[in-house]
Amino acid sequence: MAKSPTYKLEVPASTDQLSVARDFVCDHARSFGFGPAEVEGIRLAVDEAMTNVIKHAYKFDDSKTVYINVGMRSNEFWVAIQDTGDTFRIENYQEPDVEQRIKDRKKGGVGVYLIRKLMDKVEYSQKNAHNEIKMIKKR
Amino acid sequence: MSTFQISNRKNGDIVILDISGELDAHTAPSLEEAITGLIGQNEHRIIVNCTSLEYISSAGLGVFMAYIEDVRELGGDIKLAEMKPSVYNVFDLLGFPTLYDILEKETEAVAKFNEND
Repeated sequence: MAKSPTYKLEVPASTDQLSVARDFVCDHARSFGFGPAEVEGIRLAVDEAMTNVIKHAYKFDDSKTVYINVGMRSNEFWVAIQDTGDTFRIENYQEPDVEQRIKDRKKGGVGVYLIRKLMDKVEYSQKNAHNEIKMIKKR
Repeated sequence: MSTFQISNRKNGDIVILDISGELDAHTAPSLEEAITGLIGQNEHRIIVNCTSLEYISSAGLGVFMAYIEDVRELGGDIKLAEMKPSVYNVFDLLGFPTLYDILEKETEAVAKFNEND
């Protein structure tokens, strides 16, 4: 069986690279056949995942690298974002109460919630000192 | 790199912020600076006109989350208007339409401020 195509991008862990990563993934999502609404959802999920890596895994150290892989298999489009920083523990995650966060003047904390709403499947793993979030969207 | 611009204008005692481009973790600090600057100048009747806003992430939403209570405690509000459907969808995913005044037209937002006087 032919190997499914994958595409790679490596960028410094800097917020000025967010649009580069978003555009890279969205170009492939469009080529895969997603419509504008799905492409926008994927754009936001990629942004939220990469922002979390920059902020939480790397603590804004822009000498670090974010690894982005995109692939397609039958009716599935996947994006994997990897880092070598601090590991995110999904088991400690709690769904945010947006109204309460506003009352507490919290600036966000809703990225993971958005990713889970926007994508069909989200998996977290660790291998060889790399953390990975893999986000899957079905066509 | 994400492009984002802000300019402001006045309509009576209401300040209208026109924001354009992409609002993400890279550009959100400039919106935060604009809003905290207005609060510092005792300007707390604020409309954010999103006509030319192409994209928003949770970092952008976070600015509205962090300062709305301060502005409301001062007797003002941050009202949002003229959003593209793709931008509105992001606000909607988080239930913002029940927590914020999001109006279709800027004129409706102005009228809403004035009717509460």
